[in-house]
Amino acid sequence: MIKSLKARDHKLAQIEEQLKVLSGGDFANGELPTFKDKMEQIGEYPLKPTGIEILQVNLGYMCNQVCQHCHVDAGPDRKEIMTKEYMEILLSILRNTQIQTLDLTGGAPEMNPEFRWFVTEARKTGVKEIIVRSNLTIIRANKKYFDLPQFFKDNNVHVISSLPFYNKDKTDKQRGDGVFNKSIEALKMLNEVGYGIEGSELKMDLVYNPNGAYLPADQSMLEADFKRELDKDFGIKFHQLFAITNIPISRFLDYLVASDNYEDYMDTLVTAFNPAAAKGVMCRNTVSVDYDGYMYDCDFNQMLDMKVASKSSQHIKDFDIEKLNNRAIFVHQHCYGCTAGAGSSCQGVVA
Amino acid sequence: MSDSYYNPKDLKKFGNIAEYEPELAKDFFNWYGKVFEDGALSKKEKALIALAVSHAVQCPYCIDAYTSDTLKMGVSEAQMMEAVHVAGAIKGGATLVHGVQMMNKVKKLSM
Repeated sequence: MIKSLKARDHKLAQIEEQLKVLSGGDFANGELPTFKDKMEQIGEYPLKPTGIEILQVNLGYMCNQVCQHCHVDAGPDRKEIMTKEYMEILLSILRNTQIQTLDLTGGAPEMNPEFRWFVTEARKTGVKEIIVRSNLTIIRANKKYFDLPQFFKDNNVHVISSLPFYNKDKTDKQRGDGVFNKSIEALKMLNEVGYGIEGSELKMDLVYNPNGAYLPADQSMLEADFKRELDKDFGIKFHQLFAITNIPISRFLDYLVASDNYEDYMDTLVTAFNPAAAKGVMCRNTVSVDYDGYMYDCDFNQMLDMKVASKSSQHIKDFDIEKLNNRAIFVHQHCYGCTAGAGSSCQGVVA
Repeated sequence: MSDSYYNPKDLKKFGNIAEYEPELAKDFFNWYGKVFEDGALSKKEKALIALAVSHAVQCPYCIDAYTSDTLKMGVSEAQMMEAVHVAGAIKGGATLVHGVQMMNKVKKLSM
C-alpha cells in the first residue's frame, strides 16, 4: 500500500508548494487566464454564496484505503479526527438553522469512533438529508462494520459511494488491489437491505472520476454504461451516477506533475470553462468543515488551508450564518476543475 | 517555425483553418460536429470507428484526439487495440488482395 504524501514528507504535502505550481507556468506567463480573470469576465468576481444549504463535515483523514488521486491525502497513517465536542456544536448548528443537508465525508467517516452516535443524534435535529460518502470497502474491512448497511437504513442515510469503474482492472489501479471485489460485495449488501433499488426511498448513488488526466465523459452516458454492466455482471442496482472531475491539488496534482500532464490538463480545463457551470458551483451553497472545526468554501480549499473569508466566523464555535452568507469565496486555479464542461460538484454535473 | 512537421500543440489550433477560408471552415466544423452526435450509431461507437480510421490514415492529431475521447467514454484498452487491429487488417488485406492483380498480370504476360 502506498503512503500518504504527508507520511512520505513529500514536497507537495506543503500547501505553499501546491499553490506555487498552480500559480506558475502558463498562468504566470499570461498564456492562460487565471481563474479570477475568467470570473471577472463573466461578472462573477468576487464569487458570492447563494445561501448555505449543505454542511459538509470531514470527520477525519483516517482511511482504510490509499487512492492514487485522493485530494484529502487520506490513509491509515493519518490520525486527524473530529472529536465529540465539535460534533455537539454541529448538532446545535443543525437545530438552529435551515440547513437541509448534512454531508459526511473523510477519509472513511465510518472510522471515526463517534460516527454512529453523531448520525443518530443528527437524525433528531430535523435536518432533511444525511449523506454518508462511503468508500464501500470499509463495510467489508472488519466485522464491526458489517452491519453498516442496516445502520444506514435505520437512520435513512443517503449513501454516496465511489466506484471508479465497472471493471476490476481500472478500479484496482486507482484505489488499490482488491478494492473492486470488496466494493462489489459491499454494494450487494446495500442492495440486500433495499439501497439503490428502483423506487426505493433508500438512496444509493455512485461517484465516477476519470482514471487519469482527462475530463469525465457525459454523465448520463456513463450512468447508462455503469447500470448495464453492473447489473449484467453482478446484479447490482443503484440510483444515480455522479461524474466528478479530478481537481488538480494534492495527490492528483502530484500525479499530473510527475507524469508531465500538468500543463495539458490545465489547458484542457481552461478551454472547457463553462460560464453556466461557473454560476452553479457548489461552494455557493455549501460550507466545508474540517476535523478541527474550521470552515472552508469547499473540501478542496480545506486541503489548501484557505479558510472562509468571514474572519469573525471561521470556526464552528463562532458559526454566524449571516456573515458566512455574505463572505467572498476564495478562488484559485484549481477551481477550473469545477467549471469545466458540464461542471463538477459533490453531486455530479451542475450545468 | 518549428523544426518538426508535427507539433502536438497544433491540434488545439485546428479551428484556425477558418482564418484563410471562414465559410468552408464553418460548414466543415458544423458537419463534423453533427457526424459525431448520437444517431443510429452511438457517440461511443463513432469515436471507436474514428480511432480505427485515425490509425489507417496515420494522423497523429486524430490518434491523440480519439484515444482521449474513447478513454474518456470508458472504452477499454483491449477494445481500443482491437479497433486498431481492424484498421491494420483492412490495410494489410488491401495490400494483399492486390496480389490477385499481380497474379493476373503475370499470367497474362507469361506463355
